[in-house]
Parts: sequence; structure tokens; C-alpha cells
Amino acid sequence: MPGNRRWLLLRAGGVVFVLWAAATITFFALRLVPGDPAEAILGGPGSQAGPEALEQVRREYGLDQPLVVQYLTYLGRLVTGDLGQSYSLHKPVATAIGEQFGATLTLALCSLALAWALACALAAWSVRGGRVAWAIGSGLELVAAAVPHFWLATVLILFFSNTLGILPPVSVPGPLGIVLPALTMAIPLAGFLGQVMRESLLTAMESPFVTTARARGESEARIFWRHTLRHAAIPAVGLSGWAFGSLISGAVVVESVFARQGLGRSLLSAVQLRDVTLVTGIVLVVALAYTVMTLVTDLADRAIDPRTRAVTE
Amino acid sequence: MRRPRAALSDAGAFRPTVAEALAGLVLVLMLVAALWPSLLAPGDPLAVSHADAFQPPSPAHLFGTDESGRDLYTRVIHGAAESLRIGVLATAIGIGLAIVLGFVAGLGPRWLDFGTTRLVEVLFAFPGLLLALLFIVVTGPGVLSSTIAVGLATAPGYARIIRSQVRRTASAEFVEAARVLGRGRLWIVARHILPNVTAALFVLATLGLGQAVIWVSSLSYLGLGAVPPAAEWGAMLAAGRTYIANFWWMTFFPGLAIVASAAAATVIGRGIQKRNRSAA
Repeated sequence: MPGNRRWLLLRAGGVVFVLWAAATITFFALRLVPGDPAEAILGGPGSQAGPEALEQVRREYGLDQPLVVQYLTYLGRLVTGDLGQSYSLHKPVATAIGEQFGATLTLALCSLALAWALACALAAWSVRGGRVAWAIGSGLELVAAAVPHFWLATVLILFFSNTLGILPPVSVPGPLGIVLPALTMAIPLAGFLGQVMRESLLTAMESPFVTTARARGESEARIFWRHTLRHAAIPAVGLSGWAFGSLISGAVVVESVFARQGLGRSLLSAVQLRDVTLVTGIVLVVALAYTVMTLVTDLADRAIDPRTRAVTE
Repeated sequence: MRRPRAALSDAGAFRPTVAEALAGLVLVLMLVAALWPSLLAPGDPLAVSHADAFQPPSPAHLFGTDESGRDLYTRVIHGAAESLRIGVLATAIGIGLAIVLGFVAGLGPRWLDFGTTRLVEVLFAFPGLLLALLFIVVTGPGVLSSTIAVGLATAPGYARIIRSQVRRTASAEFVEAARVLGRGRLWIVARHILPNVTAALFVLATLGLGQAVIWVSSLSYLGLGAVPPAAEWGAMLAAGRTYIANFWWMTFFPGLAIVASAAAATVIGRGIQKRNRSAA
């Protein structure tokens, strides 16, 4: 379809534009750090970098060149995947990110799956369980969505590690170590997803296709799992891009609390140490992942739901 | 669309649900704690008493005491002012920025709308705390910079909603009518568009307040905002973090205050939203 191809081209162009603009913002963020940019790259005024180190950074980053040249050099390096050198880790930023990315991705995917399971179970129970179940369900979702990650982590550690003693309070290698961090990230997300699903579940339950299915003699359970829930999941699937973004930002807190390796924890320590190159590098990579993720969600939406295809420009 | 049990007939009468009444009570309590803390907790939040360190919750110390023997109940009550002030300020910054962006995009010429919308789109590429962290690495940590950072990070979301609200109002029939009657642009904005957007703004602000309180306290918890011994909830949590294995009350109660105020703000915001919608 030519219309489809045009839409895809436009969207891909949009992604490229967003990434370019994001890179520009991070470039200027680096220059906005008060004081000498060479010093900022080495960790700010507190770093007490020697004159030789400063001179080397100036040469390496071309800081003696005009701003336009610096900017173009920066963009050129980004295109080739060179994100600069992290002063705090003593290694290229790209290498550091490569080492941490897998851990965060695993955590995010586990949390997403867990959040979906929790949200579906809670929504299914509370919609079908009468008034009391409804009130309890919506109350639980509300509190879940309002709970900050750091506090939830604390409560979970207290309960599962200190009281019951069945799960480790800090992240250890292996499947047991990921349970608490994943649960911490999944519960607030499940609250949000559940709230969205509840609304659409109700709409779906009153729609004609449910009546039709009932008239065909399908069992209530089958109607619920096959028709209603499926219909209700569509808006929540559309939220997946947003969910991914919120998981990444949740990882900053959760990985720090559980002393778990990952991108979020690296980002936090980079902010604390004012390792500007590492911060901008991680921020850019996450922006890239997030933007691509949003594009994929939109594509999936168009594939699943024909209604969205009619409303392109 | 409407759920079956939410009767439309009571749209006019104010009849709060149980959750809304509870949320209102929590917000009133928080407000009293913020404005007149001594009314609820007469003690000094910074009074150190090393003999009473690490006391578990008891009638004498409702929430227990911290490592210096300071009463945690008193500290949580006195922390309300600082925590809520930061939350309100962050929300105000976010919405203020969003109003400018949203109105420029919604009412300005086409190229301006295009530019502003692209800018918002670019800011959207930095999800959640990321934009805030980028801001903090430039300015350095602290209460003020973490507050501005949260405001900045929430602005794109608000801007998108305000823009669509402004657009929808601007194309409404009564605005068209005013234009036909020869009213000036400014008059139309002030008399018709602004009042119609205000209701939505109020809801946004209430819902956003809960989120802002959570984010700002998260930054304090991570050591990028308010620092101990300030009686700010996030900072109190951060201080208690070291002792979590043995003295759970040090992190539990300040966190409870955050959850309660965030959930209450959300419930109230939703309630207003629901009534606005059914009144319209």
C-alpha cells in the first residue's frame, strides 16, 4: 500500500529528527555545565584535574575549535557509535553501556510480563466479583499506582527478606535475585495498566459482540477470556511504549536500592559523580531505545486495529 | 462509556464516594500539618536525644525515633510543609511551562504550532526521570535544582494535553460566534478559551501533584535533592535506608506519608475530572 509506505517514511523521518534533536540537546547540556567544559568532562571543579589531563581533553574533544566545528565533530562521532570516554569508569561510554544494557533489559522485560499478569488477574477478579471485589480491586490499583518505587522496595524487603527470610534483600546472581526488583517495578505499572483495562473491560462487557457470543451459547468464562479481555487489552497494549519508558526510569531507583547491576544504577552514579559524558551517553541510548519502541508500538497498533489506519493525515 | 453504577443523575449534587471522603480527609490533614505543624505535633523535629535513639513505635513515640533519638512522628508532620512546597512548586513550574507551550501551539500560526509540537515530541524522547537527571547533572544536585528538574520533566506531558484542549475550545461554536461578533483575539482568549481550559488545568495540577511529590522525594532519596537532617520525607527515607535491616519504622512512616498524599491527590483529581465530564 502506498499510503502505508508514506506513513512509515514519515514516521521514520520523525524518529531521525527526534534523535538528532536529542543529540543536540545533550551536546548543549555538556556546554551548559558552568565553568571550563574540559573540567566538566573530567567531573567538574571538584575533580582537581591536572593541567596535562585538561589539555589532553581539550585536544581530544576539539574544545579549542569553534563551537560549530565541535558540534559537527560530536554528531559525526555519534553516528559512528563513539559516545566519548567516561572519566569515572576509565573506559569508552559505549563499552560501559554495552556491559550494563543486558541486565536492565532483562529486569524490564521480567517486570513488564509480571505487571501484565498482575493487572489481568486483578482486573478479571474485580470486574466479575461483584461490588466488594470492584471496590477492593480499584483501591488496590490506585494505591499500587501511587506507590513510589523506593518505598515499595523497602516494604518488600522488610516482608520477604526480614520477616519471611525467603528472598535475598540485595540482588544476587540467579533467578532468585531478580524476583524482588522485578516485583517492585511491576506493582506500580500493574496499577496503571489495571486502571486502563478496567475502563475498557466495562465497555467491552456491554458491547454487542459479547451479547452475540452469549447468544451462541458460549460459557461466561470463555466469553471473558476470549472476547472481553482481548478487547480490553488493546488500549493497554498501546501503553507499552510508555510503560517501557517508565520502567527505565524506575530502574534508576530500583537498581540502586537492590544494588543490582544495570543501566539505571550506572546513570545514577554518573549523575552523582557528574560524569557528564556517561550521563549524556546513557540518556541518548535510552532515548534511542524509547523512540524506536514507540514506533514499533504504533506499527503494532496499526496492524492490530484497522481503525487507526483510516486516520493518517 | 460511563460505568453502569455511576449514576448520571447526581452530577449536580456533591456526593463524595468513600474513597473521595477519605482522600479529602488526608489532604486536609496534610494541609494542617504543612501550615500549622505544632497543632498536630508540638515537639521540635530537630530535637536530638541520644538516649532515645532507635526506639520502636510506642505511645510515647508513635512512629518511633531515628538514629539521633528524634521523634519520627514530629518529623513526618513537620516534613509536610517542605515536601508539599517542593511538590507544589514543581507542579507549578511544569504547568506554567506547559501553558506557554500549549497556548503558543494551540493558538499561534501554523509554523509555530509545528515547531512547538516537534519540541514537545523531542522532550518526550527522554522518558520520566531521564530529563530530570540530565538537568541535575548540568546544574548540580540540590533542593531547587531537583524541583525545577521535576517541573521540566513533567512539562511536555501537560503541554500536549493543554494544546489539544486549547485547539478543541478554539474551534468550538461559541468561539466562532464571538469571532463573528467582531471580538478581538485577546478578548476571545481571555473570556472564552482560558476559562474553558482552566477546569482541565485544575484536574491536571491535582493529578500531577501526587506524581511530583513522588518524583521529588525519589530524587531526595537518591541523594540528589533535599539532604538530611532536613525533615523532608524523601530525605528522611534516605537517612533511614542505612538502618533498614533493623529499624524498619525509619523508612516505613515517611514513605507512608508520601503514598497517602500522592494517592489522595489522585483520588481528588479523578473525582473532579469525573464530575467535569458528566457536567459537560
